[in-house]
Amino acid sequence: MTGLILNSVLLGGYYAILAVGLAFMYSVMKIINLAHGALIIFAAYGLHLLGAMDVPLYLSIALVGALMFGLGMGLHAAILSRASSGGALLPLLATFGLSILIDNLLFQVFGADNRSLAPLVGDLSWASFELPGNVFVGQLSLYILLAAIVIIAALEAVMRFTTLGRRIQATSQDRATASLLGINTARTAAIATGIALTTGVFAAAALGLRSAWAPYSGAAQLLFAFEVVVIGGVGSLWRVLVGAMVLAIAQSIGAAIHPQGFLIGGHLAFLMAVFFRLPTWRAAFAPIARKGVSA
Amino acid sequence: MTAHNSFVLQSSGLSMSFGAFKVLEDINLDVTQGEIVGVLGPNGAGKTTFMNLLTGAYRPTHGRVNLMGRDVTGLPTAKRCHAGLGRTHQVPRPFGGMTVFENVLVAARQGNVSHGGDPVQLAWRVLEQTGLADVANRLARTLGLLDRKRLELSRALATDPQVLLLDEIGGGLTLTEGDHLIELIQSIHGQGVTIIWIEHIMRMLLGSCTRLICMAGGQIIADGAPRDVIEAPVVQSAYFGVAA
Repeated sequence: MTGLILNSVLLGGYYAILAVGLAFMYSVMKIINLAHGALIIFAAYGLHLLGAMDVPLYLSIALVGALMFGLGMGLHAAILSRASSGGALLPLLATFGLSILIDNLLFQVFGADNRSLAPLVGDLSWASFELPGNVFVGQLSLYILLAAIVIIAALEAVMRFTTLGRRIQATSQDRATASLLGINTARTAAIATGIALTTGVFAAAALGLRSAWAPYSGAAQLLFAFEVVVIGGVGSLWRVLVGAMVLAIAQSIGAAIHPQGFLIGGHLAFLMAVFFRLPTWRAAFAPIARKGVSA
Repeated sequence: MTAHNSFVLQSSGLSMSFGAFKVLEDINLDVTQGEIVGVLGPNGAGKTTFMNLLTGAYRPTHGRVNLMGRDVTGLPTAKRCHAGLGRTHQVPRPFGGMTVFENVLVAARQGNVSHGGDPVQLAWRVLEQTGLADVANRLARTLGLLDRKRLELSRALATDPQVLLLDEIGGGLTLTEGDHLIELIQSIHGQGVTIIWIEHIMRMLLGSCTRLICMAGGQIIADGAPRDVIEAPVVQSAYFGVAA
């Protein structure tokens, strides 16, 4: 039981790192980036290429991170800024198209082989800490969870305490007013997109180190990230961590009930979150919730 | 910034159409440093569209906008802010997740690029002038209406404008609150800021304006000393509904 909870929490760390860019993009730009998964896979290939050239992993992450930042700024200028001025549906379609484009380009260039970054870190991919009571905790999973917490804390700090963060907040809340106050909103939104895509590098590293991927793996990553964001809800990025934990625990419970229940468990949690967010259900539950508080 | 003439703001032949519908037609307005120009007119006269053309929210179909002697017709809103143009909205739009101080600080940092000085000090100075220093650390969304209007003014002031556009800032306030606001606007004017002020509340306009224009049907139908404009038959019929 302890092992199950611990492993769920660690898996949740991975999901959080996967979802943070998607959540950031949605909360700041109001864009659901359906190319989020494909872009993570794209970054993973970047890490893999550099790894093959014996570039140390931390350096690869920095290099690909810079590339993704630039790509994000370009993506905003070329596609997202135009798409988002045309209503809510257009960015959805544009990023969906982008994901297809990226998937197939990657397939064309790299072929269908599975790849992994695990060889780059030697023992770390399977090493574990032993806790009292014969419980083992994977070192890599623990580091991924810590990385997720650090990334979320860093993004929150940037948003709340820096000039850039206030610029992003102002632009995201009210573009017209922000520009009246002298903020270059196009540039600010492009930087925010760059930041969102940069977090994808950490997701790519986490994915590649703990398992393997192929050109079309993006869709599965997007699905988990999407479920995390919906379960957690928008607002503070810390909700991503909560959503990730709930998803991971639901999946683990599903797997404990039936060997194939892993995904079903997660999807059920997702559906429950969706239903609970529907206005009619909220209204129905509100009196019960209030009673609970006063009692 | 070299001015070719004494006008801080000029609108020359400004026209705006949405499709076949002409909202503004050939608006010419020259505003001199230190004026408070009141703008009145019935709903749909094109007053707010005119402001949006001045700030760059829309591009005019025809005509030019000059700010401090410089043609800004092709410049985006943020650049016009840097060139010295500020604006408040009819319905205050504070950044809700930020404190009052942070709201003003953003404006001081991003808007006041050419005039130098420490943004934090500037933000405090503005908050003291507008009377919001006591609530500086409250979240902006918790403010009441008068304070929200003050915050709109504070943010615009923090960008250090030469010309300030006020869009119905007096609406929804009680008499006393309105008086507080007039006092504040006069103190801003006292610093040398030129003001263009759309308002429906005649009492506020007549008490402060040095000049009044009346718009109707997308045109300026009267322009001059406040009393003269009010008494002009064309204004009486267009705005007050008096048969001429």
